[in-house]
Amino acid sequence: MSSREQILARIRAATETAPEPASVERDYAETHTPAGRAVDLLAEHLTDYRAHVHRCGSDAQLAPLIADLLTGTRLVAPPGLTAHWIPAGLDVLCDDPPLTPATLDSADAVLTTCAVAIAETGTLVLDGGAGQGRRVLTLIPDHHICVVRTAGDVVLSLPQALGRLDPARPLTWISGPSATSDIELDRVEGVHGPRRLDVVLLG
Amino acid sequence: MSTPGALKTLSGGVYLGMPAFPEAARTSTHDARLRANLRRATHTIRARRADAVAELEDWPRLREAGKRIKDQTLRHLDRYLLQLEEKVTAAGGTVHWAADAAEANRIVTSLVRATGSTEVVKVKSMATQEIGLNEALEAAGIAAYETDLAELIVQLGQDRPSHILVPAIHRNRREIREIFRTQMARYGRPAPSDLTDSPADLAEAARVHLREKFLRAKVAVSGANFMVAETGTMVVVESEGNGRMCLTLPETLISVVGIEKVVPSWRDLEVFLQLLPRSSTAERMNPYTTMWTGTHRGDGPKEFHLVLLDNGRTATLADEVGRQALRCIRCSACLNVCPVYERAGGHAYGGVYPGPIGAILAPQLAGVGGTVEASLPFASSLCGACYEVCPVAIDIPEVLVHLREQVAEHNSGHRLERAGMRGATWLLDHPGALAAVERAAAKTRALHPRTLPLGPAKGWSESRDLPDFPARPFRDWWKANHTSEMSGE
Ligand code: SF4
Repeated sequence: MSSREQILARIRAATETAPEPASVERDYAETHTPAGRAVDLLAEHLTDYRAHVHRCGSDAQLAPLIADLLTGTRLVAPPGLTAHWIPAGLDVLCDDPPLTPATLDSADAVLTTCAVAIAETGTLVLDGGAGQGRRVLTLIPDHHICVVRTAGDVVLSLPQALGRLDPARPLTWISGPSATSDIELDRVEGVHGPRRLDVVLLG
Repeated sequence: MSTPGALKTLSGGVYLGMPAFPEAARTSTHDARLRANLRRATHTIRARRADAVAELEDWPRLREAGKRIKDQTLRHLDRYLLQLEEKVTAAGGTVHWAADAAEANRIVTSLVRATGSTEVVKVKSMATQEIGLNEALEAAGIAAYETDLAELIVQLGQDRPSHILVPAIHRNRREIREIFRTQMARYGRPAPSDLTDSPADLAEAARVHLREKFLRAKVAVSGANFMVAETGTMVVVESEGNGRMCLTLPETLISVVGIEKVVPSWRDLEVFLQLLPRSSTAERMNPYTTMWTGTHRGDGPKEFHLVLLDNGRTATLADEVGRQALRCIRCSACLNVCPVYERAGGHAYGGVYPGPIGAILAPQLAGVGGTVEASLPFASSLCGACYEVCPVAIDIPEVLVHLREQVAEHNSGHRLERAGMRGATWLLDHPGALAAVERAAAKTRALHPRTLPLGPAKGWSESRDLPDFPARPFRDWWKANHTSEMSGE
């Protein structure tokens, strides 16, 4: 008997006489906050976890704002990113052909959108769609700037976010910059992922 | 290049040659610095967790949903594993089944060999510690590098983890600096010569040391927090970004995951992703979570292997009282509230699963035949604080009592006497631990297990004229048998 068959047989033997457990009641809250508060709450919770939050009223003001946030000139721009968001005069790294990890390591920052942002937890979810690109693009550069379109990207809660995401895509959930509390429980921002996370709330 | 020494583990994740709990605890409780570190750490996380949980008024309903989802999954585990296998395979992954630690290690070793690589980067994973994978790889000439900061500290220090969430909780910053200064150079990029002991500096040293390993790695080994049967999706929850590095950069990804980690539906994640971060790191959400389904064209590993691990889990599943331990999502909340853990430390439990969950999991995975395993159900005074914080409502005291009976059944008295009496002796030698236990007990009285041991344990204790301590609070027993004053710490 293969291990597969053996394990399945053991499971069946272990459970066949067990009673059917109580069914799952999904009587927990779908959200914990009034809908009108979503964007403010997102900003608060992102800030709590030491992301830097900026507001931007219009598309046209985005490029100068991003220019201010950048500390260097080498910017990674994923496929599908709105071209006029990118400030002029930069050394723009496009992922076609795919950038090597070494090149990404030499970049100063990466600019992306997100698939959905969750207000209650202060979370950005990237799914590799337009303006987001491969997972590695937001991993190796030390500075991540993410544009959240407040009109369509923001949901209140985790249950709402899961309903909008496609599990067939590679998903990265980001809540603040990389952090560790492994040394005497002192929180240190930035171990392996980007040490600086700027979030621009657009609209 | 070899990796820092690994310790041999037995099948249930207990280290070979370890003393039973009471002896190990006797040593650790005399280490004042260790106790101070542990006390500070557990009290800090405990308070933060309480705040994070208090934010959600529906916490009890989330907890009940988490419990029921896991119970449903376990009841129909065969069906969900087959569905998972089908979905992972359809998405380009390969599924392997490992009945025990040796088989899992053989599978992983041959998969790594097939890539031609002689090193792997690893994401922190309890399952791979349980099976002693690092040592098995090392024996096959493959270096396994831990990349979680705390695991790196443990590995470079040739040490053992002492906490599920913060494995190096027993080390302070000065010790960590010494470990980095003396050990990093042996395995790659040395620590800078002017390294200070500030946590930020130490984290930076780890970042630089590991970065070259990430960028050249061809193979990664991970575990997973959840696997979704409905979609074949794997979920890894982390903080530092080392997980993202390992799950994204290498060409080949091998995940070793216990069969109990499956959940039926995508929607079930809405429960567990609320329960886990708040219970574990006391955050609304941990910094990074990665979800992948098989392989993704042009993004991440080209090859994905999932090794489904039994290693004692099906035996645990067969036990109607003990099977609830398989609901565990490894949040570590039970460690942080346990008065015995706080005083004894994680190493006293002798294996990779410390604290209250370790005391019920290790003896079930490996059986109660070994001295360490037989002593673990006694490493508690049944105060119930662990049950109260557990996000999937595992009644740890109930399982402990049940396992004490099993120990009694398994041994015709002699070994039980040793294990049980030493457990009692340890607590009685530490009146501070006992007082704290009782304070906690007073607060959680309503949560205490209602079923108390009858049958073999009772019969045994009567026939031997020994205290039936599984059934009675220590203080009652103590008062009845001793007259000396009990003092605080
Ligand atoms: S037993 Fe419960 S509290 Fe302890 S680690 Fe597991 S899930 Fe967390």
